[in-house]
Amino acid sequence: MVEIRFQGRGGQGTVVATILLAKAFFRDGYYVQSFPLFGVERRGAPVEAYLRLDRKEILIRTNVYTPDHVVVLDKTLLESIDVTVGLKTGGWIMINGPEIPGFLKSWSGYKLALVDATHIALNNGLGTRTHPIVNTPMMGALARVLGMPSMEAISKAIRREVPSKPKANVKAAEMAYEQVQLLGPVEETKISNP
Amino acid sequence: MKQVLEGSHAVAEAVRLARTQVISAYPITPQTHIVERLSEYCADSTLAARFLRVESEHSALAALIGAATCGVRTFTATSSQGLALMHELLHWASAARLPIVMANVNRAMAPGWNIWADQTDSLAQRDTGWIQLYCEHSQEVLDTTIQAFRLAEWLNLPVMVNLDAFFLSHTYEPVDLPKQNVVDRFLPPYQPRFQLDTEYPCAFNQLAPPNIYMEMRHNIQTAMDEGLAFFDQVEDEFEDIFGRRYGSLEAVHCKDAEVILITSGTVTSTSRQVLTKLRKKGEKVGLLKIKLFRPFPLKAIRELTASAKKVAVVDRNFSFGASGIFAQEIRAALCNHPGHPLVYGYVAGLGGRDVTTAVVEEIYRLTKGNDMPQQESIWVGLHEVDHAIGQS
Repeated sequence: MVEIRFQGRGGQGTVVATILLAKAFFRDGYYVQSFPLFGVERRGAPVEAYLRLDRKEILIRTNVYTPDHVVVLDKTLLESIDVTVGLKTGGWIMINGPEIPGFLKSWSGYKLALVDATHIALNNGLGTRTHPIVNTPMMGALARVLGMPSMEAISKAIRREVPSKPKANVKAAEMAYEQVQLLGPVEETKISNP
Repeated sequence: MKQVLEGSHAVAEAVRLARTQVISAYPITPQTHIVERLSEYCADSTLAARFLRVESEHSALAALIGAATCGVRTFTATSSQGLALMHELLHWASAARLPIVMANVNRAMAPGWNIWADQTDSLAQRDTGWIQLYCEHSQEVLDTTIQAFRLAEWLNLPVMVNLDAFFLSHTYEPVDLPKQNVVDRFLPPYQPRFQLDTEYPCAFNQLAPPNIYMEMRHNIQTAMDEGLAFFDQVEDEFEDIFGRRYGSLEAVHCKDAEVILITSGTVTSTSRQVLTKLRKKGEKVGLLKIKLFRPFPLKAIRELTASAKKVAVVDRNFSFGASGIFAQEIRAALCNHPGHPLVYGYVAGLGGRDVTTAVVEEIYRLTKGNDMPQQESIWVGLHEVDHAIGQS
């Protein structure tokens, strides 16, 4: 079983990203389970959502405590939240941001991926400068990082489920798939801004 | 065809497929997604039902009592405080013998305000004459809601389908969504035995003096008794058409088990995972899932637990001054049965606290390791607090 934790802020589409990814993975033949960490969500407040996938039926119905990978939709969360809590050694930390964050020293043992989803979202007219909607580019980037699900399944899920600007959302996911930087193990990453 | 659905939407799809005619509800978290989806279906004519918006849950049920008395298929959904506000009319719906179906998303009672999973809301309504069913996953939620209409309309009793807040109501997972024509084969249009009809005027729910009241109540119990057997019949028919069945109880590895875990709702899934792990280690542990709570399948519970030394009841609910509610019911079911297993009660997961595999394993370990239950209910995973109200 693979467990992925998504961390964002209310209004960025964090929960929707896990639902759409669940549908895409299901289309590609996985058993899936996705759900938010049940808080009383408000716009701008930290939000957590989970995705489980497996080749067999998923029985466990608890929150995710030891994710295999973490997806951070808002880099300002890094200042207030330790996104590595429970993260399994060797797991990916995928961050929405233009540059390597200054937290690398404490991230030893993990792999880093970076994608400027905010930039991609705005270039495709998704959200506004103060409230970019970054979920679909993050989905595309994750598909590249994990090598799954297929971009075909992702674009199908977006086209079927996203009521507003489905074409722009698919384009953003595809751009992020191309542009995401797979920096790999943190130890081998040059710390540019420690 | 299987698709990824939210638990709440599984309820809404079942209500659509049941061709429900009148829906009345007042929104409350975490039930809101159910009636949101249904109101969309009513607005765009996907479902030809009348959707009544009302000013409270009390009115939601009152409206359905009126509609059901006119002989139509009815549905509402609520949670927690909303269900509590319906309390008076819960009695009315069952005693008026109205086949109303309700989804209750199990949520904790306030204060302190808490929107998370806890079964105390519905279990506190156990004596209101409603059939109560508890579901484990979204497929079961969909199937049970469809079955609920058959049960309700045959027995002339209201049915409450319960699902855990968030762990089920807000979780997306694959669900086989049946086609309308297949559901129609299982669930024909509602044929009321009695209804308000201007062609044949009659009055309902008049004064019932002492010489007839007891018989009316006994009739409800007779219907509940019939409900135990009828539930199996409904499942047989459902299985013939859909290929799925759940059982009023489900026993897993109970025959040779020394300790049987007794669970309901989503805790059951997580316990299945623990069971597999413990069995691999050679532990003689079984699992009994309780789906049907009213009518309570006493005889089957006695039989399925007969060979065990101990049962460990996991309650995500509590009756203050007593113990977990399922534990009370299990004790009552077993007490006149010579040689019955010892009943160990555990309270876990109140107010949405997570019942993890570690919690379930701890419950098993405590049960196995103690020759006698140490107290009526052990509260698992309780944090240390400095002092309680009332103590100096």
